[in-house]
Amino acid sequence: MKISELPGDEDSGLTCRTYVIQNETHTLGNALKCIVDRYEDVQFCGYTLPHPAESKIHFRIQTHETPALEVLKRGLKDLQRLCDHTLNLFEREVKEFNKT
Amino acid sequence: MPKLDENPRVFLEEFRVKNAAEDYGLADDKWDFRKFKERFRIVIVKMDNLEMEFDLIGIQPAFANAFRRIMLSEVPSMAIEKVMIKNNTSIIQDEILAHRLGLIPLKADPRLFEYRPEGATEGTEFDTLEFSLKVKCTLNKTQTKDSFRPEDLYENHSVYSSQMKWLSIGNQGSVHKDNDVGPVHGDILISKMRPGHELDLNLVAIKGIGRDHAKFSPVATATYRLLPEITLTQEVNGGDATLLQSCFSPGVIGIDSNGCAFVKDARYDSCSRNVYRYDSIKNSVILSRIRDHFIFNVESVGAMAPHVIFTESIKILRDKCKTILDELSNF
Repeated sequence: MKISELPGDEDSGLTCRTYVIQNETHTLGNALKCIVDRYEDVQFCGYTLPHPAESKIHFRIQTHETPALEVLKRGLKDLQRLCDHTLNLFEREVKEFNKT
Repeated sequence: MPKLDENPRVFLEEFRVKNAAEDYGLADDKWDFRKFKERFRIVIVKMDNLEMEFDLIGIQPAFANAFRRIMLSEVPSMAIEKVMIKNNTSIIQDEILAHRLGLIPLKADPRLFEYRPEGATEGTEFDTLEFSLKVKCTLNKTQTKDSFRPEDLYENHSVYSSQMKWLSIGNQGSVHKDNDVGPVHGDILISKMRPGHELDLNLVAIKGIGRDHAKFSPVATATYRLLPEITLTQEVNGGDATLLQSCFSPGVIGIDSNGCAFVKDARYDSCSRNVYRYDSIKNSVILSRIRDHFIFNVESVGAMAPHVIFTESIKILRDKCKTILDELSNF
């Protein structure tokens, strides 16, 4: 399993969760945080690498109303969209550059 | 201070680095893909098979940094991982020799190979490249009498990476060509030997990522910096103009026919703050950098062209999101 939920938020509704993502580092953590933190309804979003020798991150989301899971999914989708757009644009520029 | 245009800036002042007064550090903007798409631009400045310089304009530092980090440590490449030593009578120890061999960049395209499954002891044609290195140093029988140069006295006294021979496994011979898999550089010195020294090695190369070992990193360097900007606030001429010119990297400040200094090209400035040493000119210049204009420099080790490495890094970030999203659908 790459992603799981950290126990402790069972009683606090769906709006706050900490997700554990295995085999990820600041690379994904910071990029994802950068997007999720900028959503309208998000109260808090942060991530941490609990220990440098363990390859996992804790990704915390707290919102006012929207379920945390939904926000996480939206964040990942947006990041994916950003990658797709960057990829298309970059490949177009490379083609353009090679023409001249 | 004159009003500059709307780019977010960071100002390099004499004793501090300061954001513009109305700039809250990009942090308070709400995420808006449409807005991002409108502003985001990519400009390729320089590109060949080994090096590339390009600009990402209008992107958050977190994404620029993610791409950089992925290029360094998560884009795969092939490198020698195991060395079977049948004979090594040279003075270089087995483990040092194996380490040296591991660092030799290989031309093989990692996209044509798979990762070796965890725990597998035997390689297959899809995940392994094998080379042999068999060299023996001998006395040169035909040496000229008076010469004392090692290249005249001995045969094979230097072992170079070009002496590695590719051994194709299974069907590899029809998929890859000899020229496409070997070392990028043939003149890498592996060891020096004297008569009686011998190397007989089998080298096994696999696909890996830089996070595991730096030898798997496909780039020599992958860096970014922010675009420098120099603004002159008042006329600088005469002796001060030459002084100003000497404060910056060559080619940054020009002097026109009236002896008046102007900013020719701030892009390649090293952003030193030497101007602030001179009272006569320090108040006539504003040093700043554009905070969302990233100048990337990617230098390939030789297996993949730099633009391919960057493309791969984007794909890797995208696939990370996809894997997690797929798993989340079961939540």
